[in-house]
Amino acid sequence: MKANPKFNFLVNKEKNTLSIEKNFNAPQDMVWRTWTEPELLDKWWAPKPWKSVTKSMDFKEGGKRLYAMVGPNGEEHWAFADYTSINPKDSFCYSDGFCDSDGNRTESLPDSFWTVKFSEADGITKVHVEIRHKSLEDLEKIIEMGFKEGFTACIEQLDKMLHNFK
Amino acid sequence: MKRDIFQAIADPTRRAILVLIATQALTPNALANQFDISRQAVSKHIKILNECELLEQEKVGREIYYELKIDKMKEVDQWLEQFRKIWEKRFDQLDELLTTLKSENDES
Repeated sequence: MKANPKFNFLVNKEKNTLSIEKNFNAPQDMVWRTWTEPELLDKWWAPKPWKSVTKSMDFKEGGKRLYAMVGPNGEEHWAFADYTSINPKDSFCYSDGFCDSDGNRTESLPDSFWTVKFSEADGITKVHVEIRHKSLEDLEKIIEMGFKEGFTACIEQLDKMLHNFK
Repeated sequence: MKRDIFQAIADPTRRAILVLIATQALTPNALANQFDISRQAVSKHIKILNECELLEQEKVGREIYYELKIDKMKEVDQWLEQFRKIWEKRFDQLDELLTTLKSENDES
């Protein structure tokens, strides 16, 4: 049984944004910690069987997180987050991009700009995530990337779908 | 050459073409009349959409009519649905983690 079925996922192709909203049955400061402390973030960020591994994280304005999504066969996708603004417990913004394991940018995939907002009512914390891209094409590339990462467990299905798209 | 369907829908003119032919079959000329850009540019877009197998062609006399292949567009929706599922899974994991954290808090 899911405690909080409320989950919104919207794609706005005019603004090149994805909006994701979800309620969590926990106080705001606790939910905030799960997004901003690397040990906690790594526990849920990657959809299983993928793992999130944070190599370094300096959660402050101007600080950076360097992390990898590690696949079931050891494949690694490295990415960074540059924190641009932080309002403790309420919101933070960062730009996210792909890089190598030392944090050197790779241009193969486009950057995205994230805003994560938190608000609590009656012990339920609402998290609103907005992911903005420079263009629709960029948005689609990112979605494709997420799709690949998340569904290696269903590799046959993935192959079939990618084949259909070619 | 076959193309990536998402490349096809990344262009605003091509999206407009898809919207137009979703409701009615149109000839290349009728389509071109809807846009300020040149006929050559419109036919280039049609060519790309065709290569993505998004178009159904029907010949009536000398004219070719284009219609949207609905099945192909459904695949796009399906693909977004998969991405939505990643977030759902991610958040399920976060739900579990928060439950664990709360019970740890209660014990201490």
